Amino acid sequence: MRDWLIYRTFWDLTVSGVALGLIYALVALGYTMVYGVLRLINFAHSEIFMVGTFGVLISLTQVFGINLFEDGEYPYRSGIVLVLILLGSTVAAMVVSGAGAVVLERTAYRPLRGAGDTFGAVVLAFLTGLIASFLFTDSMMTNLMIAAVITGPLAVVYVRIFRKGRQAPRLAFLISAIGASMAMAEAVATWGPDERVVYKTPRVLEKKVLFNFFGADVRIDYVIVAFGAILMMTALLLFVNRTRLGRGIRAVAQDAETARILGVNVNSVILVTFLLGGAMAGGAAMMFTLVYDQTRFNIGFLLGVKSFTAAVLGGIGNIKGALLGGIVLGLAENYGSSIFGGQWKDVIAFIVLLVVLMFRPTGILGESLGKARV
Amino acid sequence: MSEVLLSVDAVTMQFGGVTALDNVSLHINKGEILGLIGPNGAGKTTCFNVITGVYAPTKGFVSFDNKSLLGLKRYQITKRGIARTFQNIRLFPDMSAVENVMVGIDAHSKTSVVGAVLGIPRSKREERESRERAHELLKFIGIDEYAEVAARNLPYGHQRRLEIARALGTNPQLLCLDEPAAGFNPAEKQELNELILKIRAQGYTVLLIEHDMNVVMKISDRIAVLDFGKKIAEGLPEEMRNNPDVIAAYLGVPDDAA
Repeated sequence: MRDWLIYRTFWDLTVSGVALGLIYALVALGYTMVYGVLRLINFAHSEIFMVGTFGVLISLTQVFGINLFEDGEYPYRSGIVLVLILLGSTVAAMVVSGAGAVVLERTAYRPLRGAGDTFGAVVLAFLTGLIASFLFTDSMMTNLMIAAVITGPLAVVYVRIFRKGRQAPRLAFLISAIGASMAMAEAVATWGPDERVVYKTPRVLEKKVLFNFFGADVRIDYVIVAFGAILMMTALLLFVNRTRLGRGIRAVAQDAETARILGVNVNSVILVTFLLGGAMAGGAAMMFTLVYDQTRFNIGFLLGVKSFTAAVLGGIGNIKGALLGGIVLGLAENYGSSIFGGQWKDVIAFIVLLVVLMFRPTGILGESLGKARV
Repeated sequence: MSEVLLSVDAVTMQFGGVTALDNVSLHINKGEILGLIGPNGAGKTTCFNVITGVYAPTKGFVSFDNKSLLGLKRYQITKRGIARTFQNIRLFPDMSAVENVMVGIDAHSKTSVVGAVLGIPRSKREERESRERAHELLKFIGIDEYAEVAARNLPYGHQRRLEIARALGTNPQLLCLDEPAAGFNPAEKQELNELILKIRAQGYTVLLIEHDMNVVMKISDRIAVLDFGKKIAEGLPEEMRNNPDVIAAYLGVPDDAA
C-alpha cells in the first residue's frame, strides 16, 4: 500500500509544491513575456535558466571561493556573510541569464526579423568559424584564431543574408529557438570541466526548519524561495505597469505596428523584454540551486518544458497567469506523485499540459501581456 | 505666400498591375487645413500611406520641411513631425486613455534604456512630465474625465478623439486624420469640426482625409480631389463645390452625357 494522502503528508506536499511552483512561475515569466511581445515561444529560455545555475555555481566556487565540503562538512555560512553570498550569487545568476537572453535575442531572433542588425551576423559568423575549425584541430587556441580570421568575411555574407526588411517565416523562429537551445546545452556539456555529469553546488545555507505549518516542516530555503519569488514578481509587475519601458512593452504586446508608428523603438522593447525574462530565470536558477544543490547541462530541459506548461496553464502572455500556473502545476505534481508514486511526477505535469491544450487552450486567466495591470 | 510644409511631387504608386496613384502632386502649407477627398477607392488612403511611410512610392518624391521622407521608417517619420490617426481605430485597447497618450509622448523622451531600468531621477521626472502632458492633451481634446478608463471601454466618439490626442502626443507639426468623422452623427461631426479648428489654432497643420463632404467643405482652407488615383481638382472649397469634374466624380456621369 502506497502512502496515501494522509493529513501530515498533504501539508508537506503543499509546502514543497508551492516552492517548486514559484520556481516554475519565475521561469514561466520569460516564456510569457517574450510570447507577449513577439508571439514566439522562446524554446531556448530553458537554457537561459541553465546558464543561470552555472552562474551560481561559478560565483560560489570561483568568486566566493567556497568548496563543496570543508573538512567533510557542508560549507555552512551564517549571518551577514551568508546574506552577502546569497545576494551575490543571485546577482551573478541574473546577470548571466539576462546577458544570455540578450545575446540570444540578438543572434537567434533579431536577424530573422529583418532588422538589418550586424551584431547577430558577427556573432553567428564567429560561431560558425569556431565550429568549422573543430573539423581540423582540437586545440582551443588554434580554433579561436581560425574563428577570428573567418569572422570578418563570413559576417559580410551573413549581413547580406539577414539584410534589412528580409523577414523570415514564422517557422524559422521556432527552428532557430530549438537550435539555440541545443547549442547552448551541448556547449556547456562539451566545454564544462566535468562534461555531462551532475555538478554539485556548495551548500552554504543550513536548511533548518523554521516553523511548522499544520504539522509540515517549513525549511528556510522554501521561505527564501517564496519571499524572493514574490519580491521579483512584484518588482516586475511594477516595472511593467509604472514605467515608460513597461508601457512600451504593453503597447508592443497589444499592437506592435501601431506602437512602431507612434515612435516606439520596438527592437529595444523586445530586447528589454528578453533582459527581464532572463533576469527572472536567473533568480529562479539561484533558488533552484538553493533547494536542490546541483545543476547539469540539461537541467533546463525538463524544468523549461514544465515552466512552459505553467505559462500555458495560467494563460500565455499573462504575467499573473504565470504565477498561478506555476503554483497549480507544482501542487499537481506533488499531490499526483504522492497518489500514483514519484515516478509519475513528470507524466502528471505533461498530462496537465495536454488537458489544458485540449479543453482550455487560452489558459486559466486567458492570454495577453497587454492586460497586465496591478 | 505661405511656407510649404509637406510636398508630394508626381507620386505614382503601383501594386502589381494596379495603379493606385497616378502622378499625384500635392502640397500643404504651414498652418492650413488641407482636405483630401474623393469617392471610395480613389486613392486617398494610399496617398496617406505614402506620406506616412507605409508604402514607398513607385515613382516621385515626398518631402517634409524641405527634407525628403523617402526611405525613412515609419517611426522616423513620426519623429520628423508627422502624426496620424487610423481609419479603423487602433488604440491600445487594454491601456487607460492617459497611458495611450503617454506611449506617444514616451517615444520622444531622452532617457536611455539603461537609465529607465535603473530608475534614475531624470527618468522619474520625465515620467511625471509625460503624465502631465498627457492629461493636458486629454483636457484639450475634452475627455480628461475618462483618463483612467481602459481605451476599449470608452464610447466610440471618445475613442476617435483619443486617437487624435495620442497623435498630438508625438509632438507633430503635421497631423494627418484618416476619416475622423467615420460613424459620427451630425452633432458629433459638428463637435469634431470645432475640435479640428481648435487644433489648427494651436499651430498644427492638418491633413484631413474625409469621405463626408460637409465636414471637409466647412473647415478646409483648400481641398484636393482624387478620383481613380488621379488628382482631378484642387482649390478653395467653394470652387470645388461647383467644379463639374468633382460633381461628376461624386455623383457619377450618366452614360448618355457623352
